[in-house]
Amino acid sequence: MKRFVYMDNAATTKTRKEVLDEMLPYFETYYGNPSSVYEFAGKSKAAVDQARDTIAAALGAQSKEIYFTGGGSESDNWALKAIAEAKKEKGKHIITTKIEHHAILHTCAYLEKQGFEVTYLDVDQYGMIDLDELTGAIREDTILISVMFANNEIGTIEPIRQIGAIAKEHGIVFHTDAVQAFGQVPINVDEMHIDLLSASGHKLNGPKGIGFLYARESLKIGSFIHGGAQERNRRAGTHNVPGIVGLGAATRIAMETMEERRKQETKLRNHLIRRILEEVPHVRLNGHSSERLPNNANFCFRFIEGESLLIMLDMKGICASSGSACTSGSLDPSHVLLAIGLPHEIAHGSLRLTISHETTLEDVDYAVDCIKEIVVKLREMSPLYTDFLKENQNQ
Amino acid sequence: MYSEKVMDHFSNPRNMGEIENPSGMGTVGNAKCGDIMRMYLDIDENGIIRDCKFKTFGCGAAVATSSMATELVKGKSIQEALQVTNKAVMEALDGLPPVKVHCSLLAEEAIHAALWDYAEKNGIVIEGLQKPKNDISDEE
Repeated sequence: MKRFVYMDNAATTKTRKEVLDEMLPYFETYYGNPSSVYEFAGKSKAAVDQARDTIAAALGAQSKEIYFTGGGSESDNWALKAIAEAKKEKGKHIITTKIEHHAILHTCAYLEKQGFEVTYLDVDQYGMIDLDELTGAIREDTILISVMFANNEIGTIEPIRQIGAIAKEHGIVFHTDAVQAFGQVPINVDEMHIDLLSASGHKLNGPKGIGFLYARESLKIGSFIHGGAQERNRRAGTHNVPGIVGLGAATRIAMETMEERRKQETKLRNHLIRRILEEVPHVRLNGHSSERLPNNANFCFRFIEGESLLIMLDMKGICASSGSACTSGSLDPSHVLLAIGLPHEIAHGSLRLTISHETTLEDVDYAVDCIKEIVVKLREMSPLYTDFLKENQNQ
Repeated sequence: MYSEKVMDHFSNPRNMGEIENPSGMGTVGNAKCGDIMRMYLDIDENGIIRDCKFKTFGCGAAVATSSMATELVKGKSIQEALQVTNKAVMEALDGLPPVKVHCSLLAEEAIHAALWDYAEKNGIVIEGLQKPKNDISDEE
């Protein structure tokens, strides 16, 4: 049987069995609408409340500050549009970064069309923003700073606590897209001065189609979906009870296992990085050496193209991803890889491997062995590599 | 996403490699966009393509179209090789996803570039052959 190794956990994760088991009764047994008055619906309402409490506790927030959404992209859209709308009298300037997820970047582009001005902060070669540049970008009319907690491609963890402190000092609302970080690294919204935070269920072994937005109580944010009194009148639509229960369960388990997973995944991840850097020539690690998500490794292999690499890995039963243009359907490679200063031809050869608590040492070694073999094969085919070898011979 | 033929030519590329002292060689594409294709031709005194090899940096479709293009021109006369269009390459591969059509254009252009090189080296004019563009990405 072909081996199956899933190393694309930043794209999505497997729903944990325990999470699914907790969700199932809310399809067939307790299917009531939590907004209904009869006792039967009380079960559903209690489940929603419990999930909300669990998530709030995980962030050091209050339960009424958690709003369930359809996922991370909706949360990002809501946070940015709601603050823009609420603060437009104060100013029309927003600060974000060049490495955000498109849910932020495209929402910012939309707001620019509505007359807002957006500053996109640069990052250094490791994907880290410069706090002085952030401070320098702040203006009288700056109403919002949105910086992702951790980058989805290269795994770099931004200095959120310091950003929060700067935002607070200047009286500016601070949003963070924590889709990759929530459940992976400790987050406390008060200690980090986070005013809004987006997260998604399926990135932490919960179900797809459910996420939440944390919004500090003092913020006056408007309704995103109109048509009902759910979520304190701010997000209409019948509650996705099984999804919410699943998100709550996934959060609880993620918090309970965080420390242990962090240790285990970091160890495996470091083994993966060490082997690739030592055993494959002409390769670079993208992202930060220490300030990075425990499960993320991202490389660029010179002279080869990412999609070819992915297809060959797929033939070996390995699921991974790349920031090459071919995988995005455009001619440009990932904006994140370009933002850390990589030339196009290097960025095209990127490979992201994101492991999980289920990944074993054997999986990692198998993946490394396959990558080594495939890289040799693809370089044999590459005219860039042929030219490189000839140039070296002549020198 | 890809047809079985594309997958076959990608995983077992035909005629991959170099020709020492080729009669003609052409490189097209652009590393910025993620595709570079190089074709080597060995043309005999009667103008028949005795051998054709390729090297390609690019996605699965880029490798498969290169491989198929070499098969289509091998053993052909120069005029016949000129008739190997991107459409012919695509059809032979049972089609390509729309975003990958440019790979087949690149294959056609790579053959033309190698033939152009051959013509220049031999001081001849190949009827119907235009000077190839070495970067077709601007057209998209």
